[in-house]
Amino acid sequence: MASGVKPRVKVPKSAAAGSSITIKTLISHKMESGRRKDKQGNLIPRSIINRFTCEFNGQPVVEVAMEPSISTNPFFQFDAKVPESGEFKFTWYDDDGSVYEAAKSIEAT
Amino acid sequence: MKNKSLNGVFGLVAVTTFAIGTVSVWAETAPKPAKLVVNDESEMVTEVKPAEGISHLATAYDGWRFRASETQAVQSDDFENPGMIFVEQALDNWNKVDGTEGKSCASCHGAPEESMVGVRASYPKWDETMGKVATIEMEINNCRTTRMGAEPWKYTGGEMTTMNALISVQSRGMPVNVAIDGPAQSAWEHGKEMYYTRTGELELSCASCHEQHYGDKIRAETLSQGQINGFPSYRLKNGKLNSIHARFKGCVRDTRAETYKPGSQDFVDLELYVASRGNGLSVSGPSVRN
Amino acid sequence: MELTRRDAMAIGACAVVATAVPFQASAATEAAMAFTGGAEPTEGGVTLTTPEIAENGNTVPIAVDAPGAVAIIIIAEGNPDPKTAEVAFGPMAGAQSISMRIRLAGTQNVVAIAKMADGSFVQASNAVKVTIGGCGG
Repeated sequence: MASGVKPRVKVPKSAAAGSSITIKTLISHKMESGRRKDKQGNLIPRSIINRFTCEFNGQPVVEVAMEPSISTNPFFQFDAKVPESGEFKFTWYDDDGSVYEAAKSIEAT
Repeated sequence: MKNKSLNGVFGLVAVTTFAIGTVSVWAETAPKPAKLVVNDESEMVTEVKPAEGISHLATAYDGWRFRASETQAVQSDDFENPGMIFVEQALDNWNKVDGTEGKSCASCHGAPEESMVGVRASYPKWDETMGKVATIEMEINNCRTTRMGAEPWKYTGGEMTTMNALISVQSRGMPVNVAIDGPAQSAWEHGKEMYYTRTGELELSCASCHEQHYGDKIRAETLSQGQINGFPSYRLKNGKLNSIHARFKGCVRDTRAETYKPGSQDFVDLELYVASRGNGLSVSGPSVRN
Repeated sequence: MELTRRDAMAIGACAVVATAVPFQASAATEAAMAFTGGAEPTEGGVTLTTPEIAENGNTVPIAVDAPGAVAIIIIAEGNPDPKTAEVAFGPMAGAQSISMRIRLAGTQNVVAIAKMADGSFVQASNAVKVTIGGCGG
C-alpha cells in the first residue's frame, strides 16, 4: 500500500495569534479491514493505517488510534491552537511499516 | 348547515386527490430544492428544462439533488470530496512518460487546466478519424496506443477512470452540450432505443426506474434520474471513482439481463443518449454518491 | 398448549441468536471497560452527532465534541471490531472535538465515551439506521 498513498491537509495560511483554527486531513488508503474475503473465499489480510498524529511546533494537537471500522480514505477534522507562527506536522502510520507525512506552516498575525 | 359545509370540504379534498392522480401518470417525485455550490464559490446548475424531443422529463435534475444532506455536503467541498485525491493521482499519470514514443499526456496537451477545458462537456462525440462516436476513455486509449506507443488502459480501470476525472473537472460548471445530430444521430437514436427497451428477467428499461420513478424509493434508496453529468463518481459504497459504463453494467445486471461490455459501441451509444438527457446541467464530476 | 417439533426448533433457533447477541455486546463492553478501567460513565457532557439514517454504511460521517476531555473513544457496538477510534487531545488542541467517517456493519448504536481532565467519564450514544441499497447494495 506504500505506493500511491496521497496525504492531503487543509490548514489556513495565517491566523490571529492565540486563536483556534480548523484543520482537515484526508489520505488515500483502502483500509482493508481483514474481514473481507476475495473471490476465492480467502480472507484478505488486514492492511490499515493504525495511527494518526498532528503536532504543532513539536507539541501534540491530536493523536488517533485507528481501527478497521474507520472508512476507506480516512478523513479527520479537528481544531488546533495557534499561539505563535510555526509548523503543523501530520503523520500517518501504516500496518506495513510505511509512514506518510505532511507539513504545513502557518503565520500568526 | 354545519354538516353541509363539512360535506363541501370533503368533496373538495376528493376532487383534489383525483386531480393529482390524473395529472401524473407515473410517480416521479421532484427532489427538495437545494443549491450545489462547490468550495463556496462555483454554483452548479442542478436542474434544467430539457430540449423538446430528447426525453419525457419535465425537468432534468443532477443526481446530487437526490442524495442525503451529509452526502451532498461532501461534494460541496473539494477537500472533503475524496474523488479529488484521485484527480491529484491522475495528474501524476498525466505527466508520466509511458510507451515507446517517450511521451506523456503533457508532451502534447500541456497543462490539463488549459488544454482540457470544455472537453468533458461535449463528450461523447463524433470522432472523424475513428469514424464513430467516441467517449473520453476511447480518446485516451487512442492517444496511448497511436501516439505514445503505450498499452491501452482497461476501460473501467483505475488509471482510466481517474484520468477521466482529471479531464472532467476542467469542465466543471460548464453546461453539458453533446451533439445529437449530424454524424452522431444514428448512434443517438440507437442509444435512445436502448434506453426505452425493457430487458432482463425483471423486464426493466432505464426509463422504468430513472424516468418514471425518480425520487421514489427502491428498497431504502432514493432513485435518481440516472444523469451522468457528475461522473466519474466517488461512491461511498466502494471508496473509489466509478465510470459511466461500470454504472451502466451494474444497472443492466440488476435487471437480470446479460450486460453489454464496458467500451462496447452499444454502451457508447447509450452514453451519448443519456448525456443528451442532461444537456444544460453543469458538468459536476467527480461527484459523491452512495 | 402443546409444543410441536417445529415450535421446538424455532425456540432452539432463537436461543442460538440470543447467545450470539451478548457476544457482540461484550466485545463492545470490553472496549469500553479497557478505556474507562471499569468506571461507569455518566450521560451528558459529550455531544455525538450522527445521521439518523446513513446513506451507506461504508462511509458514515460522525462528530464528537467533549469540552474539557483529554481523550475520547468511539465504539460501533454492532461492528465485528467495535472499537473504532481512540482520540487523545494534546495541549495544542483548539477544542476537544473531532469529525471522521466510519463504517457501520448494520443498524446499531454508536457510543462515544470521553475521559475528562478529573479522571471521570461521560458518554453519549446514538442509534444509526443503516439501509440496504436498492441496486445490489
